[in-house]
Amino acid sequence: MLTIKNLHASIEGTPILRGINLEVKAGEVHAIMGPNGSGKSTLASVLAGREEYEVTEGEVSFKGKDLLDLSPEDRAREGVFLAFQYPVEIPGVSSTNFLRTAVNQVREYRGEEALDAVKFLTLMKEKMKLVEMDQKLLSRALNEGFSGGEKKRNEIFQMAMLAPTLSILDETDSGLDIDALRIVSNGVNQLKSKDNATIVVTHYQRLLDYIVPDFVHVLYKGQIVKSGTKELALELEEKGYDWIKDEVDSKATV
Amino acid sequence: MSTLIKQDILVELLANAGTGFEQVRVAGKEAFQAQGFPTNKSEEYKFTAITKKIEQRIQNFQLAGAFEVTAEQVKSNVFEGFEGDVLVFTNGHFQQALSSTVEGVEISPLSEKASTALGSIAKPEKDPFCALNQSSFDGGVFISVPKKAQIQKPILFLNFFKANAGQVIQPRVWIEAGDFAEVTFINHSVNLSDTSYFVNKVVEVKGGVNTQIRYYKLQNEGENAIEVSNIETDIQKDGRFTSVNISLSGEMVRNNLSINILGSNSEGNMYGLYLLDGKSHVDNHTNVDHTVPHSESNELYKGILAGSSRGVFNGKIFVRQDAQKTNAFQQNNNILLSEDAVVNTKPQLEIWADDVKCSHGCTTGQLDEEALFYLQARGIGKEQARGLLLYAVAGEVIEHITDESFRDYCIAQVQERLGSNF
Ligand SMILES: Nc1ncnc2c1ncn2[C@@H]1O[C@H](COP(=O)(O)OP(=O)(O)OP(=O)(O)O)[C@@H](O)[C@H]1O
Ligand SMILES: [Mg+2]
Repeated sequence: MLTIKNLHASIEGTPILRGINLEVKAGEVHAIMGPNGSGKSTLASVLAGREEYEVTEGEVSFKGKDLLDLSPEDRAREGVFLAFQYPVEIPGVSSTNFLRTAVNQVREYRGEEALDAVKFLTLMKEKMKLVEMDQKLLSRALNEGFSGGEKKRNEIFQMAMLAPTLSILDETDSGLDIDALRIVSNGVNQLKSKDNATIVVTHYQRLLDYIVPDFVHVLYKGQIVKSGTKELALELEEKGYDWIKDEVDSKATV
Repeated sequence: MSTLIKQDILVELLANAGTGFEQVRVAGKEAFQAQGFPTNKSEEYKFTAITKKIEQRIQNFQLAGAFEVTAEQVKSNVFEGFEGDVLVFTNGHFQQALSSTVEGVEISPLSEKASTALGSIAKPEKDPFCALNQSSFDGGVFISVPKKAQIQKPILFLNFFKANAGQVIQPRVWIEAGDFAEVTFINHSVNLSDTSYFVNKVVEVKGGVNTQIRYYKLQNEGENAIEVSNIETDIQKDGRFTSVNISLSGEMVRNNLSINILGSNSEGNMYGLYLLDGKSHVDNHTNVDHTVPHSESNELYKGILAGSSRGVFNGKIFVRQDAQKTNAFQQNNNILLSEDAVVNTKPQLEIWADDVKCSHGCTTGQLDEEALFYLQARGIGKEQARGLLLYAVAGEVIEHITDESFRDYCIAQVQERLGSNF
């Protein structure tokens, strides 16, 4: 579904991603871990099409298409979803109006009919249940004054509404209490199918108890320096990143 | 520079101004002569070279008189679904035959009301254009809302402008509302000229005890419109005055809006939006004067500027020594969408009382790129995402309009604009 080959990206001339290779197949869950500043959010942003990042080398194909060639909105319409590490507050834009516009533009792109007000509301109610989303939040402006946890839950709610094929969750678990974590993970798990895939970026192994990954990758200094199965996450939790850093840095000096 | 144009214009205008109001006109003339047209050194008109603009565009200092419009023209310019009463004006002259009568409200051409009160609220010494209008206003209307009258439906001033070769139009409006009266006015203008014209309008609104007055104004008269508008109101005890001003175009527009708070427990609200492109230039100068204890003012002006348009915001808040417990809030936010768009914004607070709450803030920036990306990342096209974000800004002002049909009309106009050049 997603193939990343030798991806290099920089911001304002500073290289951040330095040769990422990753293959994600339908039905899989990949976890990406790594120390602060290693480039995890950058990778997520580059995949979603953020223009500040300049791709200097490499290629990304998604469902056979050149992903890097598409505008951010077309990537979303093709089925890429990024749950932001820091969801943006947008005063004056109503949550409902925003979602309806998004859902219908995505549907239009896929050649489906726009949902009328009633059908949209039905869909919304169904998905709200999935993440136990409070109606009151949706009557407010988009993310405005939402708590950290409410913002994260809203991301997963949007994901449920848009039904993407590839979901990239950037630290969706950070800042969630244990109940919220369970709700959010439940939502993600229920949306999982053999046709879609998930990339979870996280610092904490505890999320991976709920969303069980098929593969775990460690990103460091803009490269995937280690890949393994879910046991790797346990090992990281126990030992931290130093041993990996040492391994990589000593290789670099040789 | 301005002495020449001052004399010309006065002589011409006075020669064919309407008769009556001799004392009022003389006072206006003297006040104008004392001030003259603003020059490039005038602090109040620093960013708006209106005199130069008038010199360039107005070759003919004649008043453009009344003209005829048809009932169809009136009908087609009233907002869809509008349920209020319509008062029709052509170049400032009240067209009674085409206008509704408003139950319980006295409405007559200004010329039939030899009132000496003109100029007692919008004082001619304060602004040269206000003085000029007072010296030579032409047409106009007198409106009196009696005590306790609750006028539920809004009253629409539908102004048609048609001028030749840069003529001058000087409408004057006097509104008085008795104690406990409630009324909403909407001012909408339609430009039928194909040359530049200069509208110099003065509106005075005299509130009573506990009156509730709303005054909404939409400016969208296009590239030819040069306009100076002075709107001033006195608010008494327990009264409230709310202004919403939306400017969507104009070659050069200057709005002076002044609220004098003369009674306690009262409230003045000023909301404004300027959404400009091309070479439009809109200047909003507002002034709220808190003279007594326990009153409140709220002000929110938003600007969205594209092309090489220019916006000016100057918000004066005056809190007199006696005006303890004043609550004054002011906010002006601007978004510049092009490198050539300019905004000059200045809060001007003069606070002489010590127990007051005043807050103000001005911001000028670009469209929030992070917000834009967030919307795009959800599948919303870039153009539409921009529209949503810009509309959100405009909506914070428009939402203060209570009349639904006028609000819908403003929303449609704003969305149409946002869908084109922004
Ligand atoms: N706009 C920017 N300008 C300059 N440097 C940037 C910018 N955005 C990110 N960076 C740098 O890129 C590097 C990678 O950042 P990124 O946000 O991808 O890290 P991360 O792995 O997601 O970290 P965290 O775990 O803290 O979320 C960091 O060194 C960061 O400082
Ligand atoms: Mg990050």
